[in-house]
Amino acid sequence: MIRILEGNHAVSEAVRLARVQVISAYPITPQTHIVETLSEYCADGKMNARFLCVESEHSAMGAAIAAAMGGARTFTATSSHGLAYMHELLHWSTGARLPIVMAEVNRAMGPGWNIWTDQTDSLSQRDTGWIQLYCEDGQEVLDTTVSAFRLAETVNLPVMIVLDAFYLSHTFEPVDVPEQGSVDRFLPPFSPRFAMDTENPANFGELVPPGLYMEMRRNIQLAMESVPGCFSAIEEEFFFQFGRRYGPVECWMCDDAEVIMVVSGTITGTCRQVVGDLRGRGEKAGLMKIKMFRPFPAREIRNAFNPNQKLAVVDRNFSFGAGGIFAQELKAVLYQAPDRPRVFEYIAGLGGRDVTPKTLETIYRMTKEQDTPKMESVWIDLNVVDEGI
Amino acid sequence: MKHREGVPDIDYLYPGHLACPGCGAAIAMKFALKALGPKTMVVLPASCWGIIAGAYPQTGLKVPVMHTAFATAGAAASGLRAALDIKGDTETTVLAWAGDGGTFDIGFQSLSGAAERGEDFIYACYDNEAYMNTGVQRSSSTPYGMRTATTPGTSWKRTRKKNIVEALAAHRIPYAATASIAYPEDMIRKFVRARSVKGGVRFIHILASCPAGWRIPSESAVKVTRLAVLSNLFPLYEVKDGLHYTLNMEGNRPVRPYIRMQGRFSHLTEEEIERIQEMVDSDWALLKEKANCKQISIK
Repeated sequence: MIRILEGNHAVSEAVRLARVQVISAYPITPQTHIVETLSEYCADGKMNARFLCVESEHSAMGAAIAAAMGGARTFTATSSHGLAYMHELLHWSTGARLPIVMAEVNRAMGPGWNIWTDQTDSLSQRDTGWIQLYCEDGQEVLDTTVSAFRLAETVNLPVMIVLDAFYLSHTFEPVDVPEQGSVDRFLPPFSPRFAMDTENPANFGELVPPGLYMEMRRNIQLAMESVPGCFSAIEEEFFFQFGRRYGPVECWMCDDAEVIMVVSGTITGTCRQVVGDLRGRGEKAGLMKIKMFRPFPAREIRNAFNPNQKLAVVDRNFSFGAGGIFAQELKAVLYQAPDRPRVFEYIAGLGGRDVTPKTLETIYRMTKEQDTPKMESVWIDLNVVDEGI
Repeated sequence: MKHREGVPDIDYLYPGHLACPGCGAAIAMKFALKALGPKTMVVLPASCWGIIAGAYPQTGLKVPVMHTAFATAGAAASGLRAALDIKGDTETTVLAWAGDGGTFDIGFQSLSGAAERGEDFIYACYDNEAYMNTGVQRSSSTPYGMRTATTPGTSWKRTRKKNIVEALAAHRIPYAATASIAYPEDMIRKFVRARSVKGGVRFIHILASCPAGWRIPSESAVKVTRLAVLSNLFPLYEVKDGLHYTLNMEGNRPVRPYIRMQGRFSHLTEEEIERIQEMVDSDWALLKEKANCKQISIK
């Protein structure tokens, strides 16, 4: 059924449809609507789940970890400082191989306090072993959340669904909300590979000496390596059931493109418009959307380009002392390719600054006009900066 | 070995667990699990017990154990309880088992949150009065007068130990109690009671001596905690609903023998011991006032 849903509520609907059993959460703007709705569903019996109103994000993930260890399908949501506060436990949930699903609404880190969108919060968690899936619109949010439980429970790794603050979290769009029966066919009840059990006592998360630790880490990496394949298989089933799929990366008008805009999140929607307009004017523009950030889909990306193309990476995030994070990852996977396209790096839209069609067209023009990329990333739409500080 | 009435024979610790000789924390777990039985799940934040429970692929306990991050015992016990409840298992007892660092310091927030929410589990703090697993650094449970690795030499700790039972009683939890490894029947009775009480977190504070950190011979581990009770330094009592106090016994010994038998206090002068005696006397008087002199003696 098509409903007009806020991006946050697309997450809530998916969590309801996934028959999540334990939800633990702490309020933080702009994630709050997700868990408010879920708490209503738990209160009025629309969901048979326990809702824990914990006293911090650290405890939200701490409780989620334990609930998953207890064998329950588990969900939480957060943003920004909340995610940063969870950091220790993100590592823990991966090490414990728990299929927790979390919605993360991208919001800038303070200070200065800023509640608007910026991907640096989630990208700072890239080494925690969480699968990260970035979404473009409300429909993708709902579909990805439902699929995330299948993926997490298949590979025994936690999954983060990432959506932009406000541009997506607070925007109402038509979203096709599937019937419960069809979701049940796609997503069977959680059957944990291991769980706390008094009939079969075991010691979980205990001391592991150097002689064994490395093998356990290797196991996690093997699980990560299986993710692109598992994701494609799950998307195939999802497509069969619901008629939609997204892919770890999406290339649009890339084959003959001279400049390919590499984007993620809601900038993708704006970029589709810009690339379409440019094509209408005879420009050879293309678009690559990166949905899966962890694991970084190296094979799909290497096969997507030819060496004569220029890539214009638009990063709504920044790693101080280095550059845009998607650009760094992209360069790393392209480096080993025998011939590789040139990578132009742009920083735009930090802290919720609008990335308009004009912004993206400026990036396209700058890339088209230069032969070689600069060493540093180019900051777009920047006001005067006091260089004395 | 002589059978003691009220102390079940069955043991839920495997021989070969990794505790030091004379470890009070191991003795405490032994009695707690004797009381709670096999339908128990243990939540263990970082602590000495994180080691004692054994290294992969072994286990030191005959019940399931879930290790958790240092700060999360209260949250993790809440999450595990939620999972069991939603799966229809209301029979299994969840036991959060943390040291004083994981309870008084880094874990205090998640414990307070769980207590306020009225979560259904038992939280036991085995208190050895410092970060013993990392090499005897002070915690907010470290008593006045103790030398630790971070309160060394003449900088021995001059602030009082946090009163954790009062802090928990202030949450109006249904049951809070102190227990000592020197009084196993009393401890077992309290865990059995904690298992049967519903309507919130049940908190048990156990003084668990640490021979290495307290600098005592391992064979004195039990004796020293008995002296703590007999001198009213660590009184045995229970608090129902955060309001109704019951003192289990009254001691009549001075604190001096308790202090003098431990290397961790060896630098203290007689005047400083007198100061500790005054603190103990005033704390005891306050506790008696709260209990309205209602006493039950233990055998």
